[in-house]
Amino acid sequence: MQTPIDGTNDSYPDDSGSTRTAPLEAKSPVAEMTNKMVIKDLRFYYKKYEALKGINMALYDKHVTAFIGPSGCGKSTLLRVLNRMYQLYPGQYATGEILVDGQNILDPKLDLNLLRAKIGMVFQKPTPFPMSIYDNIAFGINLYEKLPKSELDGRIEHSLRKAALWGEVKDKLKQSGLGLSGGQQQRLCIARAVAVKPEILLMDEPCSALDPISTQKVEELISELKSDYCIVIVTHSMQQAARSSDYTAFMYLGDLIEFNDTATVFTNPSNKRTEDYITGRFG
Amino acid sequence: MAATLDMTRYRGRQVQSRIALGLACAATSVGLFVLGTILLTLLWNGLSALHPTILTQMTPAPGSKGGLLNAIAGTIAMTTVGVALGTPVGILAGTWIAEYSRGSVLAQMVQFVNDILLSAPSIIVGLFVYELMVVPMGHFSAWAGSVALAILVVPVVLRTTVDMLGLVPSALREAAAALGTPKWRTVTMVCYRAAMQGMLTGIMLAVARVSGETAPLLFTALNNQFWSTNMNAPMANLPVVIFQFALSPYEDWQHLAWGGAILITFTILTLNILARFLATLSSLKQ
Repeated sequence: MQTPIDGTNDSYPDDSGSTRTAPLEAKSPVAEMTNKMVIKDLRFYYKKYEALKGINMALYDKHVTAFIGPSGCGKSTLLRVLNRMYQLYPGQYATGEILVDGQNILDPKLDLNLLRAKIGMVFQKPTPFPMSIYDNIAFGINLYEKLPKSELDGRIEHSLRKAALWGEVKDKLKQSGLGLSGGQQQRLCIARAVAVKPEILLMDEPCSALDPISTQKVEELISELKSDYCIVIVTHSMQQAARSSDYTAFMYLGDLIEFNDTATVFTNPSNKRTEDYITGRFG
Repeated sequence: MAATLDMTRYRGRQVQSRIALGLACAATSVGLFVLGTILLTLLWNGLSALHPTILTQMTPAPGSKGGLLNAIAGTIAMTTVGVALGTPVGILAGTWIAEYSRGSVLAQMVQFVNDILLSAPSIIVGLFVYELMVVPMGHFSAWAGSVALAILVVPVVLRTTVDMLGLVPSALREAAAALGTPKWRTVTMVCYRAAMQGMLTGIMLAVARVSGETAPLLFTALNNQFWSTNMNAPMANLPVVIFQFALSPYEDWQHLAWGGAILITFTILTLNILARFLATLSSLKQ
C-alpha cells in the first residue's frame, strides 16, 4: 500500500518536506476488504511539539493491523488519537481527518462517550476497576444498555468466554478483579472491552506486562476476535506483529514509513529503515 | 594499599556520625518522654475517676456526686452533626480540585486557602461562628457548635480527598473513558472506589480532630449543666466541661475533669490508630 517516501532507500532522507502518495484511494490488496477507518493527513501536537507528521492510511475491518517502530516514534500516540483519548489532557490536539464509516471523528462536536463506546481500548498495563470481576464487565454494559439480569449474566459469560477467561473465573465472579494475576487481569480488560460490543478494538502493547503463556493466550484471542472487529495493535515485539497481524505499519519519528501486508513488510520491506528496524539494526 | 587510607578523616567522620545519631536519639526521647508523661499523668490521676457512674450520671453541682453523661452525649451529637455537615463539602470541593480542575489557578488558590484553614487557630473559627450565628440568634446553641466543628472538618477532608484521588492512577480514568464512561460516572464509580479507604481515613482524622476541640465550642455551644437534646440550645460537651471543671476550685469537679480527659484522649488515640490501620490497608492494596 504505502510506497516508500522517496526513491533513495539506502539513505535516511529528511522527512520534513517529503510528500508521499496517498494510499487511500488505492485498491485494497484483497478485494473484499472494507476500510473501517481512513486516516487523512493526521497531525498531532503535544502543545507545540508535532508528534505525528501527516499520517495517511486505512484500517481494514475484520483484520489486525500492527503499529511497530522504535520508542517515541508515535505509534502509541496514533492509537490514542483514534479514540481521542488524548482529549483527557489539556494542550494536546490533532488536525486532519479520521473517517470511521464516513464520519470524521475529529469533529469537535462529536460526542466522545459515544465514540469511545464504539471504539474499545486495551492498555499496556492491566487496569481492572476496583470492583468484582462481574461488576468490572457489567460496568461498561450498564452504561449504554439496560439488560434484564439473565441477559446481563449471559453477556458477561459470553465476554469472559471470548477472552478465554471464563473457565478460570466462573466460580469467583463476585471476587475483586484486583485479585487476579496480571495475565488474567489483562484478559479481564479485554473481556470488558469486548462486552460493550465495539466495532474497533485498539490495543496498546497489550502483552508487554505479561508472561509468555499469557501472551500466547492474548494472541490467540486476537486472531479469534478479528473475525468480528477491526483490531489495531501497538507492539514492541516483531514476532508478535509477524504472528498476529495481517497488516503492519512501520513508524519512525512521527512518520508512517511503510504500510503493507505483514508478510511483505517482514520479508520484502521496500524501505531501508524498515528493514534495519525489523532486522534489529536499530530501534 | 591500606596504609594510604587517611584514618584520621575516617575516624573524624565516625565521630560526626555518632554525634548526629546521638542528637537524633535525644530529640526522639524528649518527644516520647513528653507524650509518655502526659499519658501516665492522665492514667495516674484519671483512672480512679473512671467509675461507671461517669457514663450514667449528669455533670453535678459542686460537692455532689455525678458523671459526664450529658457532656459525652453532647460531644457525640455535635461531632456527628459537624462531620455530617463538613464531610460532603470537603469531599465535593476536593473532587472538584482533583478531578475537574487539577492544576488550574483557581484550584491552586482554593487549595492554598484550604491549607491556611487547616492550620488556622480553632478559636478564630469559634469567634467567626459566634459572629455568624450566636449574635444574630441571640443565644448559644449546639447548632452553632456543630457549624464551628464543620468548618474545622472541611479542610481535613478536602486535603485527604485531593491527596487520595491524586493517588488513583490516571490509567484507571483512561480505562473508564475508553469504555465511553461519562466523567461523573468515572469519578463516582471508579475513582471514589479506588480512593475509598484513604478518604475514610481522612474523615476519621477529622472526627479525631474535632471531637477534642474546646475553643470553637466555648463561643458557640457553650455548656449545659443538664441533659439536653435541643440542638437550638446550649449543649454540654467534654472539652468545655474539662476546661471548666479543671479550672474550678472544687476537688470533685477536678476529679471528673481528669476522667473526661482520659476518656477523650484514649478515644482519639483509638480513632487515630484505626485511621492509620485503614491507611495501611489501602496502601497495601495498591
